[in-house]
Amino acid sequence: MNWRGCYTLFIKEVRRFYSVILQTVGAPVITALLYMLVFGQVLSGQTIEGVRAVEFLVPGLMMMSIIQNSFANTSSSITQSKIMGNLVFLLMSPLSAFEIYLAYIGASLVRAVLVAIVLYIVTQFFVTVPIHHPLLMLVMLIFSGGTLAVMGMIAGIVANKFDHLAAFQNFFILPMSFLSGVFYSIHNLPAFWQKASYFNPFFYMIDGFRHGFFGVGDANPVVSLIVAAAFFVIVSAVAIAMLARGYKIRG
Amino acid sequence: MTDTAISFRDVHKRFATTHALKGVSFDIKRGEYFGLLGPNGAGKSTLISITAGLAQASSGSVAVLGHDVVTDYRAARRALGVVPQELVYDPFFSVREMLRLQAGYQGCGKEVWPWIDELLERLELEDKGANSIRQLSGGMKRRVLIAQALVHKPEVVILDEPTAGVDVELRRTLWDFTRELHAAGHTIVLTTHYLEEAEELCDRIGILNHGELQVLEDKNALLGRHPYRFLSLELAAEGTTEALPAYVERLVEDRHDNTIDLKLKQGEDFIGEVIEGVRGAGWRIVDVHTREPSLENIFVELTMDEDSATTGDTA
Repeated sequence: MNWRGCYTLFIKEVRRFYSVILQTVGAPVITALLYMLVFGQVLSGQTIEGVRAVEFLVPGLMMMSIIQNSFANTSSSITQSKIMGNLVFLLMSPLSAFEIYLAYIGASLVRAVLVAIVLYIVTQFFVTVPIHHPLLMLVMLIFSGGTLAVMGMIAGIVANKFDHLAAFQNFFILPMSFLSGVFYSIHNLPAFWQKASYFNPFFYMIDGFRHGFFGVGDANPVVSLIVAAAFFVIVSAVAIAMLARGYKIRG
Repeated sequence: MTDTAISFRDVHKRFATTHALKGVSFDIKRGEYFGLLGPNGAGKSTLISITAGLAQASSGSVAVLGHDVVTDYRAARRALGVVPQELVYDPFFSVREMLRLQAGYQGCGKEVWPWIDELLERLELEDKGANSIRQLSGGMKRRVLIAQALVHKPEVVILDEPTAGVDVELRRTLWDFTRELHAAGHTIVLTTHYLEEAEELCDRIGILNHGELQVLEDKNALLGRHPYRFLSLELAAEGTTEALPAYVERLVEDRHDNTIDLKLKQGEDFIGEVIEGVRGAGWRIVDVHTREPSLENIFVELTMDEDSATTGDTA
């Protein structure tokens, strides 16, 4: 292992998003906060799964931000490096596919965790959200954020321009994360959509994560954990294989 | 330890519609200053990309200091520094940060930071270390790329057209810098479009054309393959009307103003005889210039031969 090389790339990636932190951490926190305040007002007085609606929203919004920011971090960094041409510096370095993978995913998770923590702290000025199972919450965060970071990496490798990324983000990531129970419990859905939700991996990410806070959820938390872990392993294998083969990055 | 800096063995590269490299095999020796020449599209950059790990050969192998660039890529890349042709950079970082990051990717730590400062100084960038690369001129960006290729002190350095679009003064600076590197024991591989550059710097020359290695020779031997010498005579304006002797006339390549350009074959045509002949016809010689054949003459001749040969094959 070229640990120093891997660590350098990790630090470089962290500094890349840190240098535009208002955009990479500030903006998603504000967006999620606005959702909470607006929907919280609309749903005021209601409960979902025995939890006050406005509190119920918080873990969902945290996970939605984790999903979107993990994806955005790797995908935009890799696409930008490809378009600017500076990816060559990485490709000419003695870094293995796994080292490149580890550095990018690690940095992406740092951003996701940062967004989640800041968002949690800020929301506590308005509501009180307990954490019943911190370990479950943390593991769900890592598998879910990791999965999306890896998907962002794959999208960044495949995309030829930012337009491709935007399409993937707006037509796939955004609807899938919105329609996976951020704002509602799937028990409130018609039977068909309830069933359909069980085929959406993002549902398990949000539900398992929320379980970590309230100790209750729509699905068995063990199932959520297994689904999130399985997805993480599968997409990781695909990304590492792509890097190792040089797919679309080594001519 | 191997005597070969880079060895290419039957390297093929096929793209969807083109066969860019058609079985290239040759060695670049350790410690030499090697010039890789060829017209646009000859395959030079493809060959370098394969060596650097930016592209994969369709078949064949490349090794740097005996390390295969695919199976033993870490050792191969540690031994190699490549200055890419395009002016690429990362807009997020300053010059010094970028160099330190690059050193980190190579597995080097703070121990190379003094060397990075030395590189900045030697490339006249010492006051630009804190600047974003975005703010630098093209020539400065080029020098940052050179520094970046050298942060890990690689033994073998490849410069892919480093002086393209660079002003005369900077070109001289870069020439001197590569000479210093060469003198310090680095193997230098230079690709260039400027033949005078290869002529001035390189020990040995390889010419790629249509994806094949057409020539691999010592520079001097290559220059010797063109057994001519060029002579220009400036004659006085108010000269004689007398014709030049026939044996001088047949050597004339060009006439302009009061100057005649002649091409003399070594061992057959002698400068002294030509000058005597011209004077004998009553002309007064004002000035004399002689010039050895340049690599350009040879290059044009060789690549043109190949062009006509290829056309013949496919017709």
